[in-house]
Amino acid sequence: MDQFTLNLIVVGATFALYIGIAIWARAGSTAEFYAAGRGVNPIVNGMATGADWMSAASFISMAGIIAFGGYDTSAYLMGWTGGYVLLAMLLAPYLRKFGKFTVPEFIGDRFYSQTARTVAVICLIVASVTYVIGQMTGVGVAFSRFLEVDNATGLFIGAAIVFMYAVLGGMKGITYTQVAQYVVLIIAYTIPAIFISLQLTGNPLPPLGLFSDATATGKPILETLNGMMADLGFGSYTEQKDTTLNMFLFTVSLMIGTAGLPHVIVRFFTVPTVKDARSSAGWALVFIALLYLTAPAVGAMARMNLINTIYPDGTSAAPLAYEARPDWVKNWEKTGLLKFEDKNGDGLIQYAASKEANEFDVNRDIITLANPEIAQLPGWVIALVAAGGLAAALSTAAGLLMAISSAVSHDLIKSQINPNISEKNELLAARISMAVAIAVATYLGLNPPGFAAQTVALAFGLAASSIFPALMMGIFSKRINNTGAVAGMLAGLGVTIVYIFLHKGWFFVADTASFSDSDPLLLSIKSTSFGAVGALINFVVAFVVSGATKDTPAEIQELVESIRIPKGAGAAVDH
Amino acid sequence: MADNSSSNAYWKANIKTIQVFLVIWFVCSFGFGILLRPMLAGIGIGGTDLGFWFAQQGSIIVFLILIFAYAARMNKLDKEFGVEE
Repeated sequence: MDQFTLNLIVVGATFALYIGIAIWARAGSTAEFYAAGRGVNPIVNGMATGADWMSAASFISMAGIIAFGGYDTSAYLMGWTGGYVLLAMLLAPYLRKFGKFTVPEFIGDRFYSQTARTVAVICLIVASVTYVIGQMTGVGVAFSRFLEVDNATGLFIGAAIVFMYAVLGGMKGITYTQVAQYVVLIIAYTIPAIFISLQLTGNPLPPLGLFSDATATGKPILETLNGMMADLGFGSYTEQKDTTLNMFLFTVSLMIGTAGLPHVIVRFFTVPTVKDARSSAGWALVFIALLYLTAPAVGAMARMNLINTIYPDGTSAAPLAYEARPDWVKNWEKTGLLKFEDKNGDGLIQYAASKEANEFDVNRDIITLANPEIAQLPGWVIALVAAGGLAAALSTAAGLLMAISSAVSHDLIKSQINPNISEKNELLAARISMAVAIAVATYLGLNPPGFAAQTVALAFGLAASSIFPALMMGIFSKRINNTGAVAGMLAGLGVTIVYIFLHKGWFFVADTASFSDSDPLLLSIKSTSFGAVGALINFVVAFVVSGATKDTPAEIQELVESIRIPKGAGAAVDH
Repeated sequence: MADNSSSNAYWKANIKTIQVFLVIWFVCSFGFGILLRPMLAGIGIGGTDLGFWFAQQGSIIVFLILIFAYAARMNKLDKEFGVEE
């Protein structure tokens, strides 16, 4: 059986499974559509949160970014896991106690202001749509490879499937399909990693393999890789190349963005008790850590295998002839995401750090998907990875679209524009907003502002600068009032979005950018790291403005008191 | 709602717990992984240094322990102060 047929069978089988579950659990009432009836066990919820959380950025893109960035990219690893500590201690239990359905609802009630709620909706939509653009980039890469079409066609097919999928079920469908998706994606991620770790080090556990000796050289993997990279003129894999300031702020930005992303927070509204909200965050991180502890090994080993493919006789000998290139290179050439240009006309593939000499151009987003092919693993592993990548992208895109649609239909239309809207029309509005979000994200996904993980990092910056500070201050300070919160959110989001647009182009249209991340406007702070600064601005503005305006009313102070203690957390209140 | 003095004491105990946990969280990620990495450069592990390990693996393991430890500690505090659900 050829690889294409095998891909179709494996991907088709997993899709049939997800769609089957979605139909079986089709959402009935609005309460079910948003929060899955609030009866989800912490371990199941943790697994679903894991699938929701680990998107195309984690699955498809991150290992490739690590493979090419080395130590500097540790920010992704620490940032996207460390945020769960903040979530578990600073947000999840109190938001569960509060007991409503959406993040803007909390902000609107705590800051007793419809304006605050509307601003929160705007922050949520801006962050989530940016996030979906990153997902679409990943979906495009995955579909283009496994259907063997060019990148744009892959993107359109992927967008159509995401739409059908998200519109079909609500959160309930999504909770159980996400459990299935988690299982598919984690198996797909770890199996090739185990094979590759065994091949290179003899150790079947990739996280240990990363720090073991390479069987080929007898020296540690990382030392061997550093040596190979030095031969080709690349900097050392384990050295820090980024500035400490940027790396620090980037990590902060990703961490607090994690704790501020509405599609993740909303998961903690669906557990039965406050106690479960705390442990749910832990279970989510257990399931996430399985992938995140594997990713650095996948990155380093993929880089090593990539160099070995081009330089089969070692980095000091002659490289591979273009005519002798392996099948995986030919396959990926079709997608346009891997290119070879024979600059010196010698028919050999030179791969080097210097721009003039390098003839081999690899899109980082293909590394995870190409990894099993590079390591010459069996066909079913390759098909499994394609299915896993799609599972990751689909589950997150669906979760984000849920967050967007509930913000529009529930927080905007039902609460402000037309309170008498029927349940049926509310669901219709939710679905229309999903369709619009997908269309926008697909259009922008054709010319994305970066690799999938980098685009997603921008979304984290936006969430970090707007939603996280508002939630945290709402819980930990009684003094922050309506005016302060609104001013803080607007200042944080505004400054961050302008900084991002200055570097990535206005509305992500690349040729309107005035600065670049290699030479940023402020010190060495890249646009992906600015969320941390935006968050600081948010906090300061909120405190200063609140200090200068009227104190919060007594009933709001009581509300804050009551969300701080678990006692009395009943079922959620609909309204 | 529980009486005010007990819930105030509960909240204070919670804040103190959070502070201690956040210090550990910070030191094991931003500290050992980034800011203090040069200080750990002498300690080798698998072809690199301990700071690299913390940045790519150690921090994640510490995060996991922290969340479950916090959940356990809060469950105990909930009972102690009589504010459990």
